[in-house]
Amino acid sequence: MKQSLKLAGLGLGAAALFAALPAWAQDAAAAPAATVNKGDTAWMLTSSILVLMMIVPGLALFYGGLVRTKNMLSVMTQVGAVAALAMLLWILYGYTMAFGPDNSGFIAGFIGTFDKAFLKGVTAASNVATFTAGVEIPEYVFVCFQMTFAAITVALVLGSVVERIKFSAVMVFAIVWLTIVYFPIAHMVWAATGVFFKAGALDFAGGTVVHINSGVSALVACVILGKRIGYPTERMAPHSLTMTGIGTGLLWVGWFGFNAGSALEANGVAGLAMINTFVATAAGGLFWMLAERVFGHKGSALGFCSGIIAGLVAVTPAAGNSSPFGAVVLGAVAAVVCFLAVSKLKPALGYDDALDTFGVHGIGGMIGAIGTAVVNDAMFGGPGNGGKPLAAQLMVQIEAVATTIVWAAVGTVIAIYVAKALTGLRISTEGEREGLDLADHGERAYNY
Amino acid sequence: MKLIIAIIKPFKLDEVREALTEVGVAGMTVTEVKGFGRQKGQTEIYRGAEYSTNMVPKIKIEIVCDSAISDRVVEAIQAAANTGAIGDGKIFVLDVGQAVRIRTGETDETAL
Repeated sequence: MKQSLKLAGLGLGAAALFAALPAWAQDAAAAPAATVNKGDTAWMLTSSILVLMMIVPGLALFYGGLVRTKNMLSVMTQVGAVAALAMLLWILYGYTMAFGPDNSGFIAGFIGTFDKAFLKGVTAASNVATFTAGVEIPEYVFVCFQMTFAAITVALVLGSVVERIKFSAVMVFAIVWLTIVYFPIAHMVWAATGVFFKAGALDFAGGTVVHINSGVSALVACVILGKRIGYPTERMAPHSLTMTGIGTGLLWVGWFGFNAGSALEANGVAGLAMINTFVATAAGGLFWMLAERVFGHKGSALGFCSGIIAGLVAVTPAAGNSSPFGAVVLGAVAAVVCFLAVSKLKPALGYDDALDTFGVHGIGGMIGAIGTAVVNDAMFGGPGNGGKPLAAQLMVQIEAVATTIVWAAVGTVIAIYVAKALTGLRISTEGEREGLDLADHGERAYNY
Repeated sequence: MKLIIAIIKPFKLDEVREALTEVGVAGMTVTEVKGFGRQKGQTEIYRGAEYSTNMVPKIKIEIVCDSAISDRVVEAIQAAANTGAIGDGKIFVLDVGQAVRIRTGETDETAL
């Protein structure tokens, strides 16, 4: 049960880890039986629930607060429903596509086989490898942990299309998108036989798989869908920044499961990921507000929240691959660049990325993924041990980012047009004016 | 009988109410309203999206009183709600034709 192994990186250089892999495989038969540690297991169980907390209260409130009153329930429902759908697809065929045994032939490294469809062969006694030789965690725990990542990624995409996309279209889109975009990219980046993993791409907790992937998909989806009626002339201010603030807090706390949990063990690397998730985020929140001041605005609550998310996104691929000071720089740079992306680039280009999924997750994810090569380097105090020269690591990162952008964009075009053909994409003009809460769900969020 | 409508700054409501109690006003109706006059609204910015709100929140008070005390009521409101800055509000006085207390059926001044 060693075929599933999340990401490269860690204290070892990626190249060194790659070099060690075949050795593991050979030694597996001879080596003493791997052990499952109760501490690791308890931490991974906890981390899985922390990531769930990021979704159903966290993201639902963060996104929900940002829309108008009339669309609050539709956002919370869409986020919750696609997350639930992702969980079911995960145990049907998602897990095996992402972490099952690899295919041979030209799709080798891009997608797993269906050998573990319906979780075939997974039992309470089966285990998967961690990053430490001889240490394993129960496979069901790993299945749950990775399940939550699929669930949050598809929910993130919706941020750009809310307030106008139909609920039925969201569900069809989610099925196709998870199948042709998320599961293969998760395999490429995280499975031990995936193409990016083998190339030594560093993605500790999912900067590429989760954030670039969802951000780029969100951009493509919102461009195809078109703008909300009245955008950008009508007032579309967030209806409750209080809820957005609560959601931000839940996301930050939950993100420790996401990042520190991605160590797959309760150890020092998890500790490194944890401290980086504290300080990169702190820098992100403050530097976004600072950027607002530099541009002559007031430092805002939404700016603070947005900076927190930008910092979290940027530190995700670097969580276990950076010193705390590298993480601070990464969080600060991501916050300033994401601020420019949402407040300057978006109005200049005119697309209606309603909740700035591309501006924060897409752009922040790219800064994080490419910046990880830098902060991981020993020259900048990172834990990389010089396994790959900086320039070579940068190239690997950029290749992984570019491939993900293309894959996500093409996959999203397909998924959106499938949804359009089956259900139609947009709610009626009347329904959009009246609000999706009533038009799609027959309820109001607030009955005073 | 007179109907006195006053639009005032929201934070002045308590002071106005106290001043009116001293004059002998026994009841009033208060509504949260929005509007604009010389006072301009504010600009809000959410991630770079700017919205200028030209409506500012105000409190509308409606009082029906005996014509005999109407001048004193107006003076009391004017004194209590005054800050000297634009946006302090306005007071309107109208004649009232009839008043009825629903519980007893009393009419006009006795109904106030």
